Amino acid sequence: MKSIQFGKWLASSLIAAVAALGMTSQAQAEAMKVGFVYLTNPGDHGWTYAHEMGRQQVEAHFGDKVVTTYVENVPEGPDATRVIRELAKQGNQMIFTTSFGYMDPTLKVSKEFPEVKFDHITGYKRSPNMATGNIRFYEGRYVQGVVAGLMTKSNKIGYLGAFPIPEVIQGINAFAQGLRSVNQDAEISVVWVNSWYDPVKESDAAKVLIAEGADILAQHTDSPAMLQTAEKAGALGFGQSSDMHEFAPNAQLFASVNNWGPYYINQIEKAMDGSWSTGEGPDHWAGNTWKGIGEDYLVLTEFKNMPADVAAAAQAARDGIADGSLVIFKGPMKDNKGNVILKDGEALDDGGLWAMNYYVDGVQGQIPN
Amino acid sequence: MYEELLLTILLTSVPLVLAATGELVAEKSGVLNLGVEGMMLMGAVAAFGAALTFGNPYIGMIAGGLSGMVTAAVFGLFALGLATNQVATGLALTIFGTGLSGLIGAPLVGKAIDGLAVIEIPILSSLPLIGVAFQLDFMAYLSIAIVALVSYLLTKTRAGLILRATGINHDSAHALGYNVLAVRWMAVLFGGFMAGLAGAYLPLVLTPHWAEGMTAGRGWIALALVVFASWMPWRVVIGAILFGGITIMQLAGQARGWSIQPQFLSMLPYLATIIVLVSISRRGGVLHKAPAHLGRIFYPTR
Amino acid sequence: MIYLEPRKSVPSWLRVATPFFAIGITIMMGGIIFAALGYDALKALSVFFLSPLSRADQIADLFVKATPLIIIGTGLVFCYRANIWNIGAEGQLILGALGAGWVALSYPDVTSYGLLIPMALAAMAAGALWAFIPAILRVRFSTNEILVSLMLTYVASLLIDYLVRGPWRNPMSFGFPLTPLYPDGGLIPPLLIPGIGRLGQLHWAVPAALVIAIIGGILLRRTLPGFQVRLFGEAPRAAKFGGFQPDRITIAVMLGSGALAGLAGAIEVSANIGQLQPNISFGYGFTAIIVAFLARLNPMAVIAAGLVVALAELGGDAAQISLGIPKVVTGLFKGLLLFMLLAGETWTNYHVKWRSLKA
Repeated sequence: MKSIQFGKWLASSLIAAVAALGMTSQAQAEAMKVGFVYLTNPGDHGWTYAHEMGRQQVEAHFGDKVVTTYVENVPEGPDATRVIRELAKQGNQMIFTTSFGYMDPTLKVSKEFPEVKFDHITGYKRSPNMATGNIRFYEGRYVQGVVAGLMTKSNKIGYLGAFPIPEVIQGINAFAQGLRSVNQDAEISVVWVNSWYDPVKESDAAKVLIAEGADILAQHTDSPAMLQTAEKAGALGFGQSSDMHEFAPNAQLFASVNNWGPYYINQIEKAMDGSWSTGEGPDHWAGNTWKGIGEDYLVLTEFKNMPADVAAAAQAARDGIADGSLVIFKGPMKDNKGNVILKDGEALDDGGLWAMNYYVDGVQGQIPN
Repeated sequence: MYEELLLTILLTSVPLVLAATGELVAEKSGVLNLGVEGMMLMGAVAAFGAALTFGNPYIGMIAGGLSGMVTAAVFGLFALGLATNQVATGLALTIFGTGLSGLIGAPLVGKAIDGLAVIEIPILSSLPLIGVAFQLDFMAYLSIAIVALVSYLLTKTRAGLILRATGINHDSAHALGYNVLAVRWMAVLFGGFMAGLAGAYLPLVLTPHWAEGMTAGRGWIALALVVFASWMPWRVVIGAILFGGITIMQLAGQARGWSIQPQFLSMLPYLATIIVLVSISRRGGVLHKAPAHLGRIFYPTR
Repeated sequence: MIYLEPRKSVPSWLRVATPFFAIGITIMMGGIIFAALGYDALKALSVFFLSPLSRADQIADLFVKATPLIIIGTGLVFCYRANIWNIGAEGQLILGALGAGWVALSYPDVTSYGLLIPMALAAMAAGALWAFIPAILRVRFSTNEILVSLMLTYVASLLIDYLVRGPWRNPMSFGFPLTPLYPDGGLIPPLLIPGIGRLGQLHWAVPAALVIAIIGGILLRRTLPGFQVRLFGEAPRAAKFGGFQPDRITIAVMLGSGALAGLAGAIEVSANIGQLQPNISFGYGFTAIIVAFLARLNPMAVIAAGLVVALAELGGDAAQISLGIPKVVTGLFKGLLLFMLLAGETWTNYHVKWRSLKA
């Protein structure tokens, strides 16, 4: 008696299990699985947070057509290779790896899974199934420079850098171009924190810059510590990666927000309709998406804590960059040692942007090596 | 300008002084607790959470200290109660504390608080240059008071003598009838309380927000500092200001365009610590020698 | 108050069983934590502990992850057996990676795997050199080796940071802090399984690590130097009467563990990363300390202990991927596991009793 019941139970649960399996595989066939690899925790309120916002936009946009998974705190090294491969094995059809250090791990795994689409953020290596994407962060820096140039009283601007890599150098130089477009006397002094994320050190660096006379601060590091310090000291500054006004309601002039959503959505749509491409082959710029303010990949928050005329100048610079009428790096342009970089009528192309190893006029000191 | 730089140096050194003073007491009793980083993080998250909930940073401060103490009790339970290896237990505590603080702190991310207010001491705070030392917050003054107290207790009192005796030779201390484990428990809990305060200082004063792993290795610097100070409380203060000074001058030097390799500057404190260690182990009185039984396991034999 | 009474004799089943008890208790506590966080506890646990073992390539990756832990742990066992507390394996690992990297980057065109031999030798020499400093200071000036080796770890990580950002940086890296890629001859080749081919990130140093641990076990148990190390640690006086030279033993175990840590660093870079970067280790040198303890300072058991710790790491990733459990929970879990295993160690050697404070 008991055994019959048991048999019945077993059979029915088996049927249920098979049915469930069938349903999940059906659901999988409909929904596209997309994986994200994060360097830190989205709670950094900076770089990774911005990517997390992008992922949430993906979920909102596609609804149940896309299932996303993310893995946080993945160190840049062998662990990244393992995690990316695991995401591929788990059936993710598209994988976004969101830090420069994932470049070689992504490349390695992309060769093992030719049917999976890989998208690496901020790198320069590609393969037949690995594209790269980036945001023209420096465009926002130009607008920051304009605002800083009009707002500064001491003509000293403090700038926190993480590491002297091209992305950061581009930002410093674009800031200087904006600064000098409105104020010939202002100078930027750069302090390298040697970390993307060390709130206490970022705050120390901000205090040092303020002590050295800077009244406007900009940062290319990830935590809100610099703005909090500025808020306390009565200085002004710009938010990085995400809107940080809650941390510094009186100090944040505006923030350049990395808006990854449109990029992710675009790439996923292309993957769905079959038009996703990585260009012709590896190691050139064809498979790279690099967009900025014009396409809303970089979004500037509301201009606050500044007079209306400054806000208007900022808006004009923003609009000029968006419609292409304002070219940030164009001749005549000199480096800060007086060497001519661009003659009148010349402009930097993307290759020139990535090869930047000089400071332009308006930045003090030299790039450490 | 120099006053502001000095102020920055002082603020940076406060958490180092707090954590190192606590660890100093623990080490003097013979316990090496490598879990400072974990205890600091637990202190930081509790302090921020309490300050946010109650809207009062002083409650945050107390919560931070208590949270560090509770975390230290976990260490005590294993390393003292169960006589597990101190090095391994301390490392485990750092892993545990980092994880737990991240978990507890997840809902606190993205919030901001008002930190501790500056308390200016009249007259003194208007002195040139050194006046900045009297424009600090309550915890900064507290740290100096605690250093003075610890220094007095260690050198001038019977309790301090017993504490040092257990660190130098726990078997002799036990034979003399002292309760080695009770002494060490108190030292470990005190160390935890101080590490908790040190952690609390980060969100309450330095950067008024919470973020996972926000101590970024300062607990390990505090450990080095204890040795650098050759287990003398006042030297902890000097050492912390030197450590802080090197960090800040490195940043200030950059702002002024000096070309120095930051890595070599950063190495100096650690190399100096080794030199100090060697010189004190060659000569020097019992007072500033490494406690002979530091890190050695004790369990009472009847 | 907790009160410990040494067991007169430790039954051998207890030695074997306690780690399993410890793991069992951790699993139960983990289940409670997962449930408290609103996850299905059973599912979370099975993802955490079983899913990393569900495919051959995942098991291969488990061994890859455990490799540096096993190699370093074996060296540390000798130190700790001799009562010498080297906790600077992380620094020795970095120095080893630098030593091997220096060789590899000096010969950018070599395609022969023969290059791996001078690389390994340079790594071991560099790691041993870094360990020699606390060793000689201890012997000469009786300076505390725990603290010196810890300080040198900070110095080592600043040194690699300087080299990778400065003189050794690849001029073609767009300013990113990376050295050039190692030449093909400097990369440890993947270990191909007949009929399957590549399995995860499995490479030739993985079996080497197992061999190192086994040789370590034989050395410690069956040879005179091994006996000297054990006696020195357990009964230093007897060792002195026996005519052993304690200074020599101190220096030998430090050099040995430094060399092994250095070798592990070279392997990690050359098998898994392929170039130097500011962070190459992610704390293997510290985690290996815990591994050495979990193994009860027994080189053969280091293999198992290394695998358990590696499993906790991989399980955390799996739990994130499948269930979205945050990574911090992994840290918490790992911490708990270590505490339980350490407590298990005590349980094996002592009767843990409770007595009231008044007594």
